[in-house]
Amino acid sequence: MSARPAPVPEPPAGAGESRTEQILGLAGAAFRANAIVWLLLVALWVAIGIKNPNSLTPEQIVLYLKRAAPLAILAIGAYFVLVSGEFDLSVGSLVTVVVVVAARLSDGDPANTLPVLALLFAIGLAVGLFNGFCTTILRVPSFIVTLAMLLMLSGAVFLWTGGAPRGALADNFRSIGREGIEGFPLLNQLPYSVIILLAVGGIAIWLARGGFGRRVLAVGDNDRAAALSGISVHRVRIAAFVLSGISAVLAGIILGGFAGVTAQVGIGLEFQAITAAVLGGTVLGGGRGSVTGAIAGALVLQALFMLLNLYAVDRALEQTFTGLIIIGAVSVAAFRARGS
Amino acid sequence: MNRAVSRAEPRVSLGGPWGKVTGAFGAIARTTSGPVYLVLLVVFLICFAVVTIDGGEFLSVDNIREMLVRSVALGIVAAGQTLVILGASLDLSVAYVISLTSLIGAETMDGQNGQIVTGIALVLLIGLAIGLVNGLVITKLRVNPFIATLGVALIIRGYLEANYAGPAGSSAPDFRKLGFENIGPIPLSVILLFAVVAAVWFLLRWSRFGNRLYAVGGDEQVAKLSGVRTHRVLITAHVLCALAAAITGLFLASRLGAGSPLVGQEASYDLQSIAAVVLGGTYLLGGRGGVLGTLAGVLILAMLDNTFDQLEVNSFAKDVARGLIIIAAVAAYSVRWRRHRRREAAAAEGVDEPPQGGAPVLQEGRAT
Repeated sequence: MSARPAPVPEPPAGAGESRTEQILGLAGAAFRANAIVWLLLVALWVAIGIKNPNSLTPEQIVLYLKRAAPLAILAIGAYFVLVSGEFDLSVGSLVTVVVVVAARLSDGDPANTLPVLALLFAIGLAVGLFNGFCTTILRVPSFIVTLAMLLMLSGAVFLWTGGAPRGALADNFRSIGREGIEGFPLLNQLPYSVIILLAVGGIAIWLARGGFGRRVLAVGDNDRAAALSGISVHRVRIAAFVLSGISAVLAGIILGGFAGVTAQVGIGLEFQAITAAVLGGTVLGGGRGSVTGAIAGALVLQALFMLLNLYAVDRALEQTFTGLIIIGAVSVAAFRARGS
Repeated sequence: MNRAVSRAEPRVSLGGPWGKVTGAFGAIARTTSGPVYLVLLVVFLICFAVVTIDGGEFLSVDNIREMLVRSVALGIVAAGQTLVILGASLDLSVAYVISLTSLIGAETMDGQNGQIVTGIALVLLIGLAIGLVNGLVITKLRVNPFIATLGVALIIRGYLEANYAGPAGSSAPDFRKLGFENIGPIPLSVILLFAVVAAVWFLLRWSRFGNRLYAVGGDEQVAKLSGVRTHRVLITAHVLCALAAAITGLFLASRLGAGSPLVGQEASYDLQSIAAVVLGGTYLLGGRGGVLGTLAGVLILAMLDNTFDQLEVNSFAKDVARGLIIIAAVAAYSVRWRRHRRREAAAAEGVDEPPQGGAPVLQEGRAT
């Protein structure tokens, strides 16, 4: 399922009969490149199952997916930006902005929710456009642009909250992250966050398989060649940043329902999202990666947190294990890439 | 001094019309650090004017000293960060290295002057070890520097959060002088900053390592084919960068009187140091730039901070201004660099064309 044709912007003309073969070969290669993350996911779930067989029930698994949803959505956004050859370090602070702004403006009144949601998406769109504009038209490295954006957004949060956010999220706003469709067969509840994750994942896979996805890969692989073959490099990169901004807004909306309103909710999420995408086979520098891999990477991280939780490992050591796993997985991937 | 930063740049040609008209200013403008000093000057003039009109003191001895002392920590980390960025790498672990070393330094000293040497030695050893791990993971395991140093950062962070709830240890009384004493009018810590910058400048300008680092950052494959042991160069750069972070940790321990598990990431020295390096005109993808530019970048940030503090502007405006100035400056450098490259290319072909006319049809690809 993770198989997708990797970096061929366009199959060479006149290679009709070998094309299926070619795509199959590339698909196999893409799966092999991603195999690590799927194996890791299975291994972690086996370990979880051994420690606590109760966590293998459908309800528990859906609960796990619910908790993983924000990170998985962020990882999808990160996939598009990374594969286009750029970075987005601003998503974590954007998540914080979403939660803080929503709490202040909705102020506990359900009637405010729709306009607030519209405003949040407008903010995400604006941030993505700004990042994309400065990266492409002004040619400032995206690492620096989004770093500056991170500074500005966290500054804005601090100004607005003075450290302690005010206001509260309306109940119907919180229900997006907190509730779901009750009485779903086999499950107690199908959380809205899982539905959003499935929808976002579906749209992202559709986008990635279509013309846009191929253009993003081509731009990330070699932007000069992409430009020569008629792709508007700037437009593709700006679109990738916009997708990343929108994914941060969605993740923020879900996270707002999970926990209380704090100014710390988004800290470090940008690195977790990049970690998830890279675990899933996305190559920093662009040109290679897959949406399903990025989602799997997020699921691996969440499963790791769950496992450490089951073994009552100090929460702080989550970081240490994440660090070890990411270095290990990426170096194994590097050795496999060298071998082939 | 600007030759130092430009010597590894591929000089296509200095003949042609452009080569003839370049005077001293042209030579400065050609380097990547040239525009940085221009930005430094402009920011200085604006800050000076604004603060003076507001009725404050910008150029008083006290204020200059204050600005310099506040640049010390960021300046030292950024000097180290310059080395790895020149080698087309980067180090995201410095913030946690700073916290870790501030704690270990303060705990080892435990308030006793007799322990100062042991404390410093132990801290430097830890810096060396972390730098070695970073360098080895990047070169031998071939993990992307972003991921490798992020991973190491997370490992250290987990250790810190699991073992420390707050400040710990106590710096030796004599060691605290580093943070507060002056030699004549100059604070000891500022001398430390200039010593570190001078050492890095010397390495880059005069040592074989510096030469090779520019080569590796410019094009690793070409460097390798020309007989440079690229792995060794990159590992050395990472060790030096981690050592600079360890020195920063020691300085902060001396200033705070104790070690703190949060001191590194509270000021986000990881991202801020990268921002300062790039603001200082060093190319994020390696091979071009220098440590004097970085020093200028750090001073620009310090002047801005000082001005905003004196005007008592709220922190949001401060962050927005910081962010916009970084973006604007780097955009300006990239425009200048492209124009220069175009002129050189035109000069090499002997075509006397204005830069705009010589622009290729498609947008020049940015290698990322």
